[in-house]
Amino acid sequence: MLTVRIIPCLDVDNGQVVKGTRFKELKYAGDPVELARQYYLEGADELTFLDIGASPREEVTVLDLVRKVAREIFIPLTVGGGIRSTEDMRKALEAGADKVAICTAALNNPDLISQGAHRFGSQCIVLSIDAGFSGDCWYAYTHGGRKNTGKPAIEWALEGQALGTGEILLNSIDRDGTQDGYDLELLKEISSRVSIPVIASGGAGKLEHLAEGITVGKADAILLASLLHYKQTTIPEIKEYLEKKGVRVRC
Amino acid sequence: MTTGIIDYGGGNLYSVVNALNYLERPAQLIKNPEDMQNIQKLIFPGVGSFAAAVNDLKKRELFKPIQAWIESNRPYLGICLGMQLLFARSSESPEARGFGVLSGRVEKFRAKRIPQIGWNRVKWVRENYLSSRLQGEPFFYFLHSYHVSEEQGSAPWTLGLAEYEGITYPAAVHLENIWGVQFHPEKSGQVGLQLLKNWLDWDGDIVVNCKNYSLPGC
Repeated sequence: MLTVRIIPCLDVDNGQVVKGTRFKELKYAGDPVELARQYYLEGADELTFLDIGASPREEVTVLDLVRKVAREIFIPLTVGGGIRSTEDMRKALEAGADKVAICTAALNNPDLISQGAHRFGSQCIVLSIDAGFSGDCWYAYTHGGRKNTGKPAIEWALEGQALGTGEILLNSIDRDGTQDGYDLELLKEISSRVSIPVIASGGAGKLEHLAEGITVGKADAILLASLLHYKQTTIPEIKEYLEKKGVRVRC
Repeated sequence: MTTGIIDYGGGNLYSVVNALNYLERPAQLIKNPEDMQNIQKLIFPGVGSFAAAVNDLKKRELFKPIQAWIESNRPYLGICLGMQLLFARSSESPEARGFGVLSGRVEKFRAKRIPQIGWNRVKWVRENYLSSRLQGEPFFYFLHSYHVSEEQGSAPWTLGLAEYEGITYPAAVHLENIWGVQFHPEKSGQVGLQLLKNWLDWDGDIVVNCKNYSLPGC
């Protein structure tokens, strides 16, 4: 029986882990390698590194960091931020990443999804969707949540699936860093319409939110940042809580 | 003892290399047949599609040497697609042919969520060298859309079973010198490293029809 994955997310900027609110007001949250090691030992099911500085400032990703982490941490690693070509994907995989997350580049060039899936396999490609509500529905945003593409998030998710992405990382830009809970309506909408796994992100502020994301939002995995980085809870505590709520986790 | 790791251009083999380095075992990338000369064991970590892997192996003139390696009773561990390729056919690529050293087929999950991504338990159906020193039904990391068919669950070479959305399928296989796992031991934390270590520690001797499963090779 498959278990729900708990995935700590390290938003990295210039080699340090940072965390902001609604994609702004970045604060220092720790040393990435140290945090990665700690989460691994505590039972993290995967780790994600997002180079959040990458998109607006056109920098490369956090490959040196991944290279270091991959030598001693043996759980799946996802790298995102600034991946614009299959060549960038290859470099990330060579550095030790198992998957790459693409957001802005995929919206600019949807073929990047199929090219990546064809060359490295669908299991390598994570389509990261930054979704924000505007007027009548959720739209896909780019550039760290600053630019509305005008493409409805649900349409983009289905298109991404058809192009061969292995899973969807769904981030609510309205809830990011607020700790008000996941955007459950958004989560439910997307996860019920696609057949690939959906990772919930953005807004979890307490343990109840995590359970809701899984039981109500139907997420297959949850991505966490602030809750863990600021030591509001720990992975063992999360797993114990979820298990009590009847959610299957890896112990 | 040097372990060769097949590099056919498609798979993510770096995590296997990292795991062997961590376990302090010599590893060598196999990019062409000549690279296979000085190795004693062979790991094939495959990801991506069945046909693409077969084609890439053929392009690098590795397909036949690997098949010959397996057929001449030398130690082989297939991971993920590297396990699926032990079979001749996959519904993923009806035209392509795998090594065909185990009979049975590989088919797509009939499940709501595909691929299966995440940690799942493996239930060992018999005592074996690979799972020695592992407790109970351990969790491993899985990532796949295709699986060895359920019918093979009772095949003599089925070593371990996993269950996903009601489908119980072989997650680990073993026949003499051939070992295969559907999951990723190199991505399954300490438990996965222990499993890899078990396989690396195996002396490569094949014990056929053994009664004592604490013997290596069983």
